[in-house]
Amino acid sequence: MIWVDTLVQGILLGGLYALFAAGLSLVFGVMRLVNLAHGDLIVLAAFVILTIATTLGLHPFVAVFLAMPIMFAVGWGLQTYILNRVLGDDILPPLLVTFGLSVVIQNTLLETFSADSQKLTAGPIEAQSVALGPTTVGLTPLLTLASAILVIFALNQLFYRTKLGRAFRATSDDPVTVGLMVIRPNNVFAIATGIAMVVATIAALYLGVRANFDPTIGPARLLYAFQAVIIGGLGSLWGTLAGGIIIGVAQALGAAVNPEWQLLSGHVAFVLVLLFRPRGLFPRAND
Amino acid sequence: MTETLLSTHDLTAHYGDFKALFGVDIEVNKGETIAIIGANGAGKSTLMRAITGLLPHAPDAIRFKGESIGALSAPEVLDRGIAMVPEGRRLFPSLTVEENLLIGAHSRTGNGYWTLESVYDIVPILRERKDHPATALSGGQQQMVAIGRALMSNPEALLCDEISLGLAPVVIKEIYASFPKIKESGASVIVVEQDIGQAMKVADRVYCMMEGRVTLQGTPEELSRDDIHNAYFGVSS
Repeated sequence: MIWVDTLVQGILLGGLYALFAAGLSLVFGVMRLVNLAHGDLIVLAAFVILTIATTLGLHPFVAVFLAMPIMFAVGWGLQTYILNRVLGDDILPPLLVTFGLSVVIQNTLLETFSADSQKLTAGPIEAQSVALGPTTVGLTPLLTLASAILVIFALNQLFYRTKLGRAFRATSDDPVTVGLMVIRPNNVFAIATGIAMVVATIAALYLGVRANFDPTIGPARLLYAFQAVIIGGLGSLWGTLAGGIIIGVAQALGAAVNPEWQLLSGHVAFVLVLLFRPRGLFPRAND
Repeated sequence: MTETLLSTHDLTAHYGDFKALFGVDIEVNKGETIAIIGANGAGKSTLMRAITGLLPHAPDAIRFKGESIGALSAPEVLDRGIAMVPEGRRLFPSLTVEENLLIGAHSRTGNGYWTLESVYDIVPILRERKDHPATALSGGQQQMVAIGRALMSNPEALLCDEISLGLAPVVIKEIYASFPKIKESGASVIVVEQDIGQAMKVADRVYCMMEGRVTLQGTPEELSRDDIHNAYFGVSS
């Protein structure tokens, strides 16, 4: 029975990793940009939610809706004024710029909020649980997974059912030719990064409610997110969800065997997938 | 009295230090189909790039609907009612046939002659294949998608760059069979073509280019085989 419980906890944890990864996957899918500051931007979003929640005395689940437009603007501005200038045939400049950005965000957060651990206080919901067959699961982890599924579903609808999504896919295929349709790739990229930051804000909510956070934890979140994207196959959103769940389950199983093996087993699962499916589990056909 | 839609006046263009166009003058009337013929490197595609604002040139050298459009960027030019079928088709592989057509109308406001239905009416096979990935079609069908995509913006001027390149003669014939219907919609068409036979059949007037200059112009009836041969290759036969 303990194994069923471990498996369920792993799947729920995977929901959080999928949320970390969804924004990264979206940005990579549209503009082939690996944003090394993604983890730090999630942490930034968590501090934005925290600030709104404490100043206005709001519940974090309400504050998140105010943080979303702010983070959309952050993403839009970041893309328009910085990242669009370095995107091109050479993948090194955007990597270096986002790496530098990661350092800048961490240090700015340290200066502003100090190195103290923070937490988003969600009240009784944090401790509530529901019976799920033979196991009992926490309400917050369940909400996390449900949100991850909802976010991935919504992003898929956006990509495949809307005019904006069509522009995303066409721009990803051929940023020069979309110019002939009077689509400006830089605008498309700015909207995509804005949406990715909205998703990062949802991830930040569950990150902050689930455990403590401080300005330095971004890079580790990036690592899990990156692994989830690679396992799922670059550019595939449902693959990213599967990737997150695989990392989550691997970590939970590892921790059940020996608590020291939690992180290690996630990385081992990543390496194993790369070894047997170098393009990930659900690679896009035309990459 | 015919109305001039698009014209170039003493148009010169450079790729860096290399001068590619030497004072080109062409004129396209409303509803007219123009063919620009010439060998490789004659400057045909350069002329297309200059018209669509992709290549810098003197601001006053190009006029469209009575306005000087030389100083505008490519999106601004295209926004005014010029659409281009690029060389090599350049369809979007992630999009279905129908999505490729729809994205041509991405920035369009209001209605016009060309809709999904009217494009499907001239190429019925595309209606059957509308949910296929665009790149799964045959070369000729892909070319029709590319033309349809450009038409979806309801352009006043349609520029077609080398649409018969790499296609079998029978397929090229099929593609050009749709041109009378495009003409019916009222659009002016400029085809850049190496297939002289097709160009002469479809065009109201022909410009022949060589080494960045217009060497010959006239209606297909006016031009003799020898004239064209001369203008095309620069030697007498």
